Amino acid sequence: MFQTIEADELEKMLKEHFGEKIISVEKLNDVSVAEISVDAIKNVIIWLKENGFTFLTTCNGIHYPDSPKTFGMVYHLHDWKRNLRIRLKTFTHHDPPHFPTITDVWPAANWMEREAYDFFGFHFDGHPHLKRILNEDSMVGWPLRKEYPLEDQARFDKDDKMFGR
Amino acid sequence: MKEEVKQDTKQEVISKEYTTLNLGPTHPATHGIFQNVLKMDGEIVVDTEQTIGYIHRAFEKLAERRPYGQITPIVDRLNYCSSPLNNMGWHMTVEKLAGIKLPKRVEYLRIIIMELARISDHIICNSVIGVDSGAMTGFLYIFQFREHIYDIYEELCGARMNTNIGRIGGLERDFNQAAWLKIEKLLKELPRGLKEFEALLVRNRIFMDRTINCGPISAELALAYSFTGPNLRAAGVDYDVRVMNPYSSYEEFDFIIPVGTHGDTYDRFMVREQEMWESIKIIQQAMEKLDKLEDKTSYYAPDVPDFYLPQKGDVYTKMEALIYHFKIIMGETAAPKGEVYHCVEGGNGELGYYLVSDGGRTPYRLHMRRPCFIYYQGYPDMIKGAYLSDAILTMSSMNVIAGELDA
Repeated sequence: MFQTIEADELEKMLKEHFGEKIISVEKLNDVSVAEISVDAIKNVIIWLKENGFTFLTTCNGIHYPDSPKTFGMVYHLHDWKRNLRIRLKTFTHHDPPHFPTITDVWPAANWMEREAYDFFGFHFDGHPHLKRILNEDSMVGWPLRKEYPLEDQARFDKDDKMFGR
Repeated sequence: MKEEVKQDTKQEVISKEYTTLNLGPTHPATHGIFQNVLKMDGEIVVDTEQTIGYIHRAFEKLAERRPYGQITPIVDRLNYCSSPLNNMGWHMTVEKLAGIKLPKRVEYLRIIIMELARISDHIICNSVIGVDSGAMTGFLYIFQFREHIYDIYEELCGARMNTNIGRIGGLERDFNQAAWLKIEKLLKELPRGLKEFEALLVRNRIFMDRTINCGPISAELALAYSFTGPNLRAAGVDYDVRVMNPYSSYEEFDFIIPVGTHGDTYDRFMVREQEMWESIKIIQQAMEKLDKLEDKTSYYAPDVPDFYLPQKGDVYTKMEALIYHFKIIMGETAAPKGEVYHCVEGGNGELGYYLVSDGGRTPYRLHMRRPCFIYYQGYPDMIKGAYLSDAILTMSSMNVIAGELDA
């Protein structure tokens, strides 16, 4: 089990500095998760880094096609001195989605953001070298988005006369 | 590429040309499929551009269409030098999401498996550092212990490399007598073997000259690049998930986190070497704790029939077991709605799984924090200004595993 800042404490702390840019704070399982509007996410991350959360564990994209919060970035931060973990989320519904880059805060974010660009088509404004990383450069489409379905093992629309499945 | 360099104040202009050298995608010295386009000034590396993704297999996408139990074989193929660590990390992630509590005995058995995996991972990395610096003997000698560890895996789960070991909610079977004998034999022989391996390299003048100050990284830079694991500890930061966020009862164990000072190849080698000794200590402690436990038989959580596959014998004779067997095999168990992040100390650092479940039978989204992928970004900064042969040694001492890098 991880230690975390309690949700109401984190909310108070963030609201004091960023006001209505903090959309919601809740505790999911063992980590407090704050949702932050996309125009303030970078300032919040910089502020949190100055206030103890110095380690970027990872960050990743997520896609909810049926929700107004369509495209999201999730940042996992860790305060090693107090051993606290928190998670930040930010959403946008514009396509192509634009997020601010945090490569200037942590160089480690460089490839993580390139991965999110590669798989979700997220654009990171100010990223020094935004291009595909794991997939081939000439590839079309954003594979981890939900509109690219994988073969469902239980699907019934398959015509498999050739292979007898 | 031509650049004009001012030689001195007299404004003599010497034209200078850099050489472009393709190291990889397949090169015997890189131990895997990595491409580095090096910009060389004579024999000195000026800059490098890394290309990765040659063995990308879309694990995160595949996981979105697979029942939870069937994702275990996928995570085997992340860091394939220590598959059991990946497996256990994944099981614990699902157990955290589903709120499954394990008996103490299972946790200790898992610790034995995980520490064996750590030893085999470090054996590979350290012996390969030896090979790349010209010492083949150590590699040929110490590799037999990796073979012994694979023999133990074989007793535990039937497989050797891609183990698929353990199940969500426990282990698939108890350790048998042969496995215990092999573990005891390993614990008796490995310290002797390690000592001989260390005698070959640790105070070897040639090896020290070759590795000290080769590919160093400062603690600040390592943290900025989100290094974890032995590579970060070699730079002097004592971050270890086993201590910071203990899982599987690691808090009951007594072990040391070795740290280096300069973050160079020698430090990374020594940190891994020391960690193997600590792993041996942990396995011994786990065996003592198992002896003291009253519970001598349980190897799975008894109250999670939805996730834990029933015994094959029961499937043939008991109706309930047959139903649960069918449900699990056909992927018809739904996990609770929610999201969790869980991490274990893998062979290379913090191996994390961020699992988002919408209450369905497969993950809605699974993100894997692969330590290799993150710390390989620091490689250009570590080899700038070094010789080409040092660049190769640095890469093997970072233990970059293509499977984990490319997912």
